[in-house]
Amino acid sequence: MSTVLSPTITVATTRRILSQLRHDRRTLGLLVGVPSLLMILLRYVFDEPPVFDRIGPMLLGLFPFVIMFVVASVGTLRERTGGTLERLMTTPTGKLDFLLGYALAFGLLSLVQVGVVLVISLTWLGLDLNGSVGSLVLVAVLDALLGMALGLFASAFARTEFQAVQFMPAFVLPQVLLCGLLIPRDSMATWLRVISDVLPLSYAVDAMQRVSREASFSGALLKDVLVIAGFTLGALALGAATLRRRTA
Amino acid sequence: MMSSAPAVRVAGLRVDRGGKPVLRDVSFEAPRGSVLGLIGPSGCGKTTLMRCLVGVQIVRGGTVTVLGEPAGSPGLRRRVGYSTQTPAVYADLSVRENMRYFAAVLGAPRTDPDRVIEEVGLGDHRDQVVGTLSGGQLNRANLAAALLGGPELLVLDEPTVGLDPLLREELWALFRRLTDRGTTLVVSSHVMDEAVRTDRLLLMREGEILADGSPSELTERTGTADLEAAFLRLIHERAESPA
Repeated sequence: MSTVLSPTITVATTRRILSQLRHDRRTLGLLVGVPSLLMILLRYVFDEPPVFDRIGPMLLGLFPFVIMFVVASVGTLRERTGGTLERLMTTPTGKLDFLLGYALAFGLLSLVQVGVVLVISLTWLGLDLNGSVGSLVLVAVLDALLGMALGLFASAFARTEFQAVQFMPAFVLPQVLLCGLLIPRDSMATWLRVISDVLPLSYAVDAMQRVSREASFSGALLKDVLVIAGFTLGALALGAATLRRRTA
Repeated sequence: MMSSAPAVRVAGLRVDRGGKPVLRDVSFEAPRGSVLGLIGPSGCGKTTLMRCLVGVQIVRGGTVTVLGEPAGSPGLRRRVGYSTQTPAVYADLSVRENMRYFAAVLGAPRTDPDRVIEEVGLGDHRDQVVGTLSGGQLNRANLAAALLGGPELLVLDEPTVGLDPLLREELWALFRRLTDRGTTLVVSSHVMDEAVRTDRLLLMREGEILADGSPSELTERTGTADLEAAFLRLIHERAESPA
């Protein structure tokens, strides 16, 4: 690589991805509409404000994670199979430009997504939050970026879009089972607990629980945030390793 | 008619794909400011050879030197334009949005997107989403992206597939204007009537170069009336005297 990172190329890539989404109104609608709809359903399915206050924030962290995983894995698979990635690899585009271009675009997108869901939850659905809205948005956007980074990485192992879509249950659902959303992690068998300790979604859900319970930004929350950020950077690095200029 | 150093110099190039040899000891040169044609049936190694020139192919042996540097060198990434056989543009963006993105990536002038759109004759479709273009228009959009930044070497894989004769004529006129400016073109095709338009031809078959020369040289050497017959003669000669 001539240059590791070029701000011009990174920003151009972000703009290009956002333009693609602007042309695809339905995907854009689904990105914002689906989590909102699920939140509304959740509120009325439980129909008990204390339960919603407890689970709502966790799902606010989970939705962007899952959705960005799917969108990023299918999106980058299309670049790999459609030849556009190869074209970019013959240009001065660096791997980091490509990855950060995606991260920036999806980060902005998740900001809109989380913003809309949050506004609906805090007003109409009456979600009661002990922590600050700012820390909730921070954690939710980090979760989205984590999902995106894992999706980018996972796309390297898919040959077709069928496979890429199946990676969602494969990568995501075990984490959902083990992250403490269904059963507190403390009451799991030790070996399950150990596994959940090394899965990023456990920290995402823990962080959201803290934001919903604790009024201040505690050290434990900071630790969660750093772990999520670390996983995200690690997944991006792994993703970078799967972007090859030369292929067989 | 050309400067001394060739634009492309390939020596002893060998490529394996899936454990099988795709290119076997390929050597040739392409002079600057000329059109080099790669002609041969599909599966003969044309696309693999072109991928070697732009430096995206893992090679087993040999050297590929492009504009004086090893193929794929960072310094070549603005100087070499590449269009793949399967169009590599974003189907969900307009023609102009595609060009603006690739121009930004290459650091090409701001006027370049409109210039290349005109050059390939897509002016009336500049705001159309690429996914709704016809096959021929899509091919031209793909070609336009390779012209961005005015590269010194253009590697074009089957650029005229699916075009009507008039458009094909226009594109060849464009290729001529480019070589007049000193650009070198490597163009692949599987149709012989296009081969006549090149300055120099590589006839390829099963990963090897059967013949290398200008179209008239090849017909003269084989004593045939046209290139199709010359190609057949060469295949028979090769079959009679195995290396």
